[in-house]
Amino acid sequence: MPVLELQGVSQEFGGLRALDGIDMKVEHNTIFGIIGPNGAGKTTLFNVITGIYTPTEGSLIFRDTPIASLSSHKVARLGIGRTFQNIRLFNRLSVLDNVKVAANWNRSAGLLASLLGMPAYVREQKQCSTKAEELITMMGLYEKRREYAQSLSYGEQRRLEIARALASNPCLLLLDEPAAGMNSSEKLELMDLIWKIRDDMQLTILLVEHDMHLVMNICEQIAVLDYGRKIAEGDPEQIKSDPRVIQSYLGVEQ
Amino acid sequence: MLWQQLLNGLTLGSTYALIALGYTMVYGIVQLINFAHGEIYMVGAFVGLVLVTVWDVNLGVAMVGAMAVCMLLGVLVERIAYRPLRGKSSRLSPLISALGASIFLSTLMALIAGVNTRRYPAIMDLSSFSWGPVQVSSMQVIILLVSALLMIGLQFMVRKTRIGKAMRACSQDLDAAALMGINVNRVISYTFAIGSALAAAGGVMVGVYYNAVWPYMGTMAGLKAFAAAVLGGIGSIPGAMLGGLTLGVLEIMGVAYISSSFKDAIAFGILILVLILRPQGILGEKISKKV
Amino acid sequence: MKLLEQWITGIIDPYYLRIIILMGINIIIALGLNITTGVTGQLSMGHAGFMSIGAYTSAILTLKLGWPFWLTLLAGAAVAALFGFVIGLPALRLEGDYLAIVTIGFAEIVRVFFLNFEPGGKAVGLSGIPQETSFSLVLIITILVVFFSQRLLSSRIGKAMYAIRENEIAAEACGINTTHLKVLSFVLGAFLGGLGGALYAHYMYYISPQDFDFMRSIEVLNMVVLGGLGSIPGAILGAAILTILPEMLRVVAEYRMLFYGALLVILMIFRPNGLLGDIRLYDLVKPKREKEVKPCRS
Ligand SMILES: Nc1ncnc2c1ncn2[C@@H]1O[C@H](COP(=O)(O)OP(=O)(O)O)[C@@H](O)[C@H]1O
Ligand SMILES: [Mg+2]
Repeated sequence: MPVLELQGVSQEFGGLRALDGIDMKVEHNTIFGIIGPNGAGKTTLFNVITGIYTPTEGSLIFRDTPIASLSSHKVARLGIGRTFQNIRLFNRLSVLDNVKVAANWNRSAGLLASLLGMPAYVREQKQCSTKAEELITMMGLYEKRREYAQSLSYGEQRRLEIARALASNPCLLLLDEPAAGMNSSEKLELMDLIWKIRDDMQLTILLVEHDMHLVMNICEQIAVLDYGRKIAEGDPEQIKSDPRVIQSYLGVEQ
Repeated sequence: MLWQQLLNGLTLGSTYALIALGYTMVYGIVQLINFAHGEIYMVGAFVGLVLVTVWDVNLGVAMVGAMAVCMLLGVLVERIAYRPLRGKSSRLSPLISALGASIFLSTLMALIAGVNTRRYPAIMDLSSFSWGPVQVSSMQVIILLVSALLMIGLQFMVRKTRIGKAMRACSQDLDAAALMGINVNRVISYTFAIGSALAAAGGVMVGVYYNAVWPYMGTMAGLKAFAAAVLGGIGSIPGAMLGGLTLGVLEIMGVAYISSSFKDAIAFGILILVLILRPQGILGEKISKKV
Repeated sequence: MKLLEQWITGIIDPYYLRIIILMGINIIIALGLNITTGVTGQLSMGHAGFMSIGAYTSAILTLKLGWPFWLTLLAGAAVAALFGFVIGLPALRLEGDYLAIVTIGFAEIVRVFFLNFEPGGKAVGLSGIPQETSFSLVLIITILVVFFSQRLLSSRIGKAMYAIRENEIAAEACGINTTHLKVLSFVLGAFLGGLGGALYAHYMYYISPQDFDFMRSIEVLNMVVLGGLGSIPGAILGAAILTILPEMLRVVAEYRMLFYGALLVILMIFRPNGLLGDIRLYDLVKPKREKEVKPCRS
């Protein structure tokens, strides 16, 4: 059974069809790549999946639940975590708090319990902190845990976004151009990290990326978007040799 | 009675429309509620008053003079209070800064001119004539005519001139306009200048019409004009005109048929209803946030 | 409490005591607006509306129905909170700027309402409200409010509120129900505004709609902005400065609003995060004493 299934998903912005009848199945525990030229609709696809937009047409099924009309936080709570192409951190919260905020939603303690500092609440907070600390340690950010997110370097900010996305225990992780702005050694580390996340946490990963070397290396399945349409799908070998992909996308790069 | 109220409403409404245009143009380009705009209108009324009483000029000259002074003032306010904040800070900071500029200007005027209401001298024969059952004063005719002319002029400028086209480009996408080589700072200055000039014209005419000018006249008028801009659809120039006229008529009708003591609450009641039922206003387009 | 009251009225000049009590009331009100605007980032320019609802509710309950004082305080705060909920609801749909206008409109409507409200004495206002608000009461309530504010802001709910201010879309993507918390921030802000208004009414003997006009809203906003949006010490400092300063500037009272206006612009340009920025009470009370312990990695 696929983790995520899209059927005929379209998204219009006042006449512009940013997504046009996308069908897609993402199987459990795969690393699924989405590539395509700028403006192809990759980010829009992520926004539709995470409930920022309600698609104009089509249905999205996430682990048996239709999610097309759900609001963003509900989708997140069902188990979809994401990062953003243009980094969106909580700049004036500490690194640790950035992650804790996301680890926190499913706690039961309410306003009164927090105000009065009830034991259950305190216990929960401990668990949250432990979890958040584990994640930022994994991302190599432990030493910076007390600093404001805005003071981190670009690469660190990208890693913090991943830590935050993982904090709510997602089973599907969406990464929007995670390697953008990284140098080649950082990219290698990122690749290891993505593998590690997938294997350790048994996650499914959906990845938008422009770096072909990275995509071809770590993705098991790749879909190619162009002008909002899916023009090809297959494993890296199939994509590399697909004439339409070469013409509209890969060809441009060479 | 009804027709009389309608005429009075349209007169009031066209002054709201003149002020609302400034809000809507600025908002269309920099997404800022220029809280100081009501104060520009107030300053316009005062400049007109000074010109008329001290230099003894006629209404037309007073209006042109007030428009010129307020253009400069509008540009100055943008330079000092908004430009340093542009693009670098949260959305909250420019809004608070605008509020500060507004309070500063009205208090400054109160210190200079005193808080008492001042009156325009009888500069012209404010006669009125009957037209059927309706009493029409010559000032009403002037307000309606001048407002219509200014708005037609504005439409022409926005549609046909270079700077007008640049403004429209900037209101579509400021960054893209900058990339295309448009001098964004200049366009923004022009926008503030034009909006301020319209407000000043409104200020002078309202000052003469109601025969009352005071330092805090801009606060309420500004808020109501902003309500009018939102009502019509913020960012839309025809929307501001329509919103201004609608609000003016509704307010006068409310006063006439409901109660005069709730006058100021009417505009805000309408505004809140509109924002909840149709946030994009009458003529505004539905916007989807870009992520 | 009685003893404290006697002792304090014995040693402090009534004029200064008055300023201190008003300062305490302002701190309570500013801490309320700090939750709405400072922490959650929802610009409210009509806080005086909540204050006047609290003030009138409690005063009328005291004067007309003879309720006990503490109960009228709670009732004033609760009714204000209810209106906070009603005004918070448009926040579900509206972006920052529109919300600001709605809050101004709300406060104006409230003011016009009380101008025409028979049991509230219309434009004349209500007088003869017994002076029940004492130094020790204000002190105790202020301490409680600071304490619970601090608890809230360091709790998961407070952190989520900061997250909304910092980036609403990302907050949603983290599973935070932003609409829910935005409304909550209005309710809490309004509650404290109403509480402050009720205390104010029972201190001043007399209230009228002019006490809660647009300028009053701006004054409270100024306290929060001056001290630092989102910071508890900031709101306290801002409220203290803006209570004392007007007293010192009394000779030049006309310049007060001029100064406020200029202050807002200058602060936004040079210190948009206020005097104390985001400094938390926690940072002041517990200076960094933690040793960096590196976790062992496998
Ligand atoms: N909120 C929006 N409103 C209008 N157009 C949008 C919006 N979001 C995206 N678009 C348009 O949709 C197209 C696809 O954009 P996007 O998904 O960001 O592309 P990609 O991520 O593949 O580079 C672009 O033409 C973009 O301008
Ligand atoms: Mg993209």
